[in-house]
Amino acid sequence: MRRSYMHYVLAALGIISLLAGFALVPLFYQAHQPIYAGAMIVVLALAVFIYTSPRMYAYRYVVPGILAGIVFIALPVAYTLGISFTNYSSQHLLSQARATDVLLQKRITGDASMNMKLFSKGDQYKLYFSDDAGKGYISDATPLTATKEQHVPLHETTATDGFGAPVLLKDLFKLQPGLKQVVAVMPDGTELRQSSLRRFAQSKPAYTLNADGSLTDVEHGGVLKPNIHSGFFETASGQQLEPGFRVNVAWQNYWRIFKDPAFHEPFLRIFTWTIAFASLNTLATFAIGIVLAVMLNWEALEFRGAYRMMLFLPYAVPAFISIPVFKGLFNENLGEINLVLNMILGVRPSWFSDPTLAKSMVLLVNTWLGYPYMMILCMGLIKAIPEELYEASALAGAGPFTNFFRITLPLILRPIAPLLIASFAFNFNNLTLIALLTSGGPDFLDTQVPAGATDLLVSYTYRIAFQDSGQNYALASAISSIVFLIVATLAVVNLRLFKVNRQNA
Amino acid sequence: MPIVLKKSSRWRKLICHVGLILFIAATIFPFLMIISISLRPGNFAGGSLIPHSISFEHWKLALGMSYTDADGNLVKPPFPVLLWIWNSMKVAFISATVSLVLSITSAYAFARMKFRGKGAMLNGLLLLQMFPSVLALVAIYALFDRIGDYVPWLGVDSHWSLALAYTGGVAQHIWLIKGYFDSVPYELEEAARVDGATPFQAFIYVLLPMAVPILVVVFVLAFLGGMIEYPVASVLLHDEQKLTLAIGSRLFLFNQRYLWGDFAATAILAGIPLTAIFMVTQRWLVSGLTAGSVKG
Repeated sequence: MRRSYMHYVLAALGIISLLAGFALVPLFYQAHQPIYAGAMIVVLALAVFIYTSPRMYAYRYVVPGILAGIVFIALPVAYTLGISFTNYSSQHLLSQARATDVLLQKRITGDASMNMKLFSKGDQYKLYFSDDAGKGYISDATPLTATKEQHVPLHETTATDGFGAPVLLKDLFKLQPGLKQVVAVMPDGTELRQSSLRRFAQSKPAYTLNADGSLTDVEHGGVLKPNIHSGFFETASGQQLEPGFRVNVAWQNYWRIFKDPAFHEPFLRIFTWTIAFASLNTLATFAIGIVLAVMLNWEALEFRGAYRMMLFLPYAVPAFISIPVFKGLFNENLGEINLVLNMILGVRPSWFSDPTLAKSMVLLVNTWLGYPYMMILCMGLIKAIPEELYEASALAGAGPFTNFFRITLPLILRPIAPLLIASFAFNFNNLTLIALLTSGGPDFLDTQVPAGATDLLVSYTYRIAFQDSGQNYALASAISSIVFLIVATLAVVNLRLFKVNRQNA
Repeated sequence: MPIVLKKSSRWRKLICHVGLILFIAATIFPFLMIISISLRPGNFAGGSLIPHSISFEHWKLALGMSYTDADGNLVKPPFPVLLWIWNSMKVAFISATVSLVLSITSAYAFARMKFRGKGAMLNGLLLLQMFPSVLALVAIYALFDRIGDYVPWLGVDSHWSLALAYTGGVAQHIWLIKGYFDSVPYELEEAARVDGATPFQAFIYVLLPMAVPILVVVFVLAFLGGMIEYPVASVLLHDEQKLTLAIGSRLFLFNQRYLWGDFAATAILAGIPLTAIFMVTQRWLVSGLTAGSVKG
């Protein structure tokens, strides 16, 4: 067996990615993620096994694609599910360890505060401090190049000058990064940190860590205990301390969606509209698509090619362009649609503020966007219907309507059914349309969470996660998980009912 | 078609023509409107379909040039449109390439080899394909935000992370390519195998060259998908210099500042190449689309 260049190139690539993978292990370990580091080692060992064992030959080919599917689809889905059981939100962004770190780094300013002058000594510097009473302190010469906190002891001094001229302002600016790291330690142990350009102030940590993970409030006394139900450090009286941390809240998010009226009421309304939107839209695009397809398949009709091209256009233009165009055309005061309606009928419908009109506008626009796809599908499927059927019906004297309802439609329904389900699932999750056209509006006025008449479940989720001031990622993930369940059911139905078609596709 | 021609046939044809023309008129009205708006001076929506005066101010802004308005003020482009187009192309190109490379070999194994768990894996991929990335937005954001703490070029506001997020399309691509491989006769590779080629050589030198059409289709599909994607990009990108066109173009149409004319010119500028790619490849794309994907 002759080995080609390709083999060596691939082998080299494999070794490089293996080494890169191993490089990640200590990185994970350093980031206090020993589980990831362990998982990485297992994955790499598996990879080596698969790509060297002759018995696993077929899997060498399969693994890249399957792995991509797992990493880029299954993993986010699982992660969504995981988040939905936590309290992850803008108030609870950090892990408990990180939140503790943030709190431990908080400092309170003490009473002592002194002026600072800087004197250069070769390429090192002496810091001279004087308090308001005129007492002076001086440090040893230190290089101001530290990147970590640097403790500099001070000695009492009576000499007020004799160091030469202090460092000029412009040089002082240059030395800022180093000065920021200086912790000047007074003879009595008080620590001073830079508070402004030429002033140092006493500062001490606001909290100290106790052995059991609780914090002691240095200023007021009292112990703050982490509450693993609320995700906050709390005082004995229940006062909460920002920032909170992520904790497991079990089914609480789902509970809120189904039991709390403030959440389940808009959820149900939006759910109903999502179903209505997806089914109405699938029906409308299919109805228009099949009628157009029948017309365009009528061989006696002239200019069919030109018509087809024109009708196809809405599909070819990217949605992120055509949807905003419609947003402009439907504009209540300036849009062309109201201009025309005003001229002919004398009315100016408020497309964006009336819930019913907004819903019909969304449906109209999406039908416009979606019918060409259905048309193309139907054209392909109609071509597959045997001519003899129409010949026979023509001999029996049937008209076009009989042909359509007795021959074309029944014969098309079976093969197109799985695609209709796919279209339903797609529109069920059509975030782009809603986000670009109405952003969910007009908003309900009687709900606590932001929700609107045209919000689909996904856009509702999107608003809860990324637009509302609360940024409740966990609640959004819970809703996403429910939608996942619906989509998964649809997918399984699709797979079970239309297995044969799928295999042929 | 040996259909007996009746008198009513002429009437029917006429009705068809009228109906189609009316429908097409309604369909392409928005496009005519947007062309007209891009050529009108000023950022107004109102006005007749055929502009009274033609001005190329919006086109200049869209192309990144400034112009002097009637009052003698220099108007600068409000947004870096060309940069956005470049960003979109970059992201789409990376994601299309990565997902194509990842899916080719899997498709080959699924089409030509027998191994344990094959049926289950294929069905699993089909299920995965049904999950839109929109639903995992929070997870995608949280994952990349976390990764960004350790690997900055893979965090939020990075084109690489966006491109990787788009790679979720592999499931669908594997199915499309596998379907094509199935239609290529196996005998050719068998002949190569008899001549001493390894399965890998048979794949690279015999099957792949014959599969170029479907590879082009999958690449174009993935590329167009990346160019027009909105939700994931809107979550992962924030920096104005990093935006893709799909999210950037939204900035023209804020309620307080409705730069209608500038948007129109930008939209046409961006839409023409995309539409052209789509039109040229549509014959092949449609067969791919029929196999289960829907426009995004």
